[in-house]
Amino acid sequence: MKISRFLKTIFMTDFIGGLFIATKELFKSKKTINYPFEKGKISPRFRGEHALRRYPNGEERCIACKLCEAVCPAQAITIESSQRSDGSRKTTRYDIDMMKCIYCGLCEESCPVDAIVQGPNFEFSTETREELYYTKEKLLDNGDRWENILAANIKSDNPYR
Amino acid sequence: MEYLDLIFQETYKILFLLVPVLVSVAMIVWLDRRVWAFVQKRQGPNVVGPFGLLQSLADALKYIFKEIIIPASSNKIIFILAPIITMTLALIAWAVIPFGVDQVLADINVGILYIFAVSSLGVYGIIMGGWASNSKYPFLGSIRSAAQMVSYEVSIGIIIINVLLCVGSLNLSDIVLAQKDMWFVIPLFPMFVIFFISALAETNRPPFDLPEAEAELVAGYQTEYSGMMYAMFWLGEYANILLMCALGSILFLGGWLSPIEVYPFNLIPGALWLIFKILFLFILFALVKAIVPRYRYDQLMRLGWKIFLPLSLTYVVLTASYLFYFNLLPIN
Repeated sequence: MKISRFLKTIFMTDFIGGLFIATKELFKSKKTINYPFEKGKISPRFRGEHALRRYPNGEERCIACKLCEAVCPAQAITIESSQRSDGSRKTTRYDIDMMKCIYCGLCEESCPVDAIVQGPNFEFSTETREELYYTKEKLLDNGDRWENILAANIKSDNPYR
Repeated sequence: MEYLDLIFQETYKILFLLVPVLVSVAMIVWLDRRVWAFVQKRQGPNVVGPFGLLQSLADALKYIFKEIIIPASSNKIIFILAPIITMTLALIAWAVIPFGVDQVLADINVGILYIFAVSSLGVYGIIMGGWASNSKYPFLGSIRSAAQMVSYEVSIGIIIINVLLCVGSLNLSDIVLAQKDMWFVIPLFPMFVIFFISALAETNRPPFDLPEAEAELVAGYQTEYSGMMYAMFWLGEYANILLMCALGSILFLGGWLSPIEVYPFNLIPGALWLIFKILFLFILFALVKAIVPRYRYDQLMRLGWKIFLPLSLTYVVLTASYLFYFNLLPIN
């Protein structure tokens, strides 16, 4: 054994160095956050809970083109449509099975009118499976609730599309 | 009537010591986790109570309400007895720890011997738990643990002899008072370092937490335990750690004595100084836990028998020769 290595072992230089580093790190700011009380920043592109948006006049955007239903790789979306009395085609049923959904974002990409979007909300766990079969009402309700953030996110992401 | 009074008096005394010890055990578990988290730049437990101080209380409540599972093939009496023994032995050693002049529950002449005996008995709780579980991982874990504790007790014993050579008494209060001029940490610094490392091994703390090496042995001797019985092992372990910190501060850091006998430091009561010293040593324990990887079993044994034992023996010879040559031997 080399003499320097022997001295290092005897005086535990590595250990004491480690102790100093640990003491220094002790007083530095923490890298983790108090999750339920404070939340991390998320990107405008974040693919969270789905929402169906409306036009400012209250008319729903979805035109029942069924592109999202076709593109959905998990086949989580079910759409039924009919012609309304004013001649426009609207959905009568728009269900998303949130347990099948893989949150790939293809529905949002494929939508020609920005109707179905994935919002920033990721805290929608439920106690029963039934609550995760999202209906049209639930999705529209989500859209109304998150509209401000959704619109801002779409706008800020627009230059990169 | 008189003896009844005596019994009550003694009971109050014991409770007055035991309750603070148990509360501080709960607090240092929190402190341990918090320091560990801070070194790793995490938050640590901070939700229950102010700064998470009541986290241990919440954990204890959870343990109390959990079901105690006793394996069908276990030896039930020994299985139940093991955590009780561990915790009792960890607590009764506190009887001789002096918190100031005459502030001690049992001022016995052989205090250090008593502590040494009690902490040696502590291995029984572990080996009984491992044996009574009647399954392979607890058994292997308890054998390792027993071997480890026995090996490091030898070097701790010899380190204590070093101190006793300088004091000439086995009474813990006398040991503290002998450090009035100079704490033993200065002349016996290498012994203090070895004592600290041996204390880590003795209390199964990282880097010597082999009995609970989760990658190999699941949770060592605690594998089959659940609920309150597990919590008692856990309490006993931390009470032992606290005891080792107290012993370290009494043997080397001057116990309840203040570091310098000048005006503002004189006012702080001795018990508080002892608590500061225990806390200092405990924070070192916690920091070590955060920075070191686990030893391999053969390395552990090599360190104990081939390095610490000869080193401390050599130091006994050196101390004795020095004291004898300069005629400094304390003779009562």
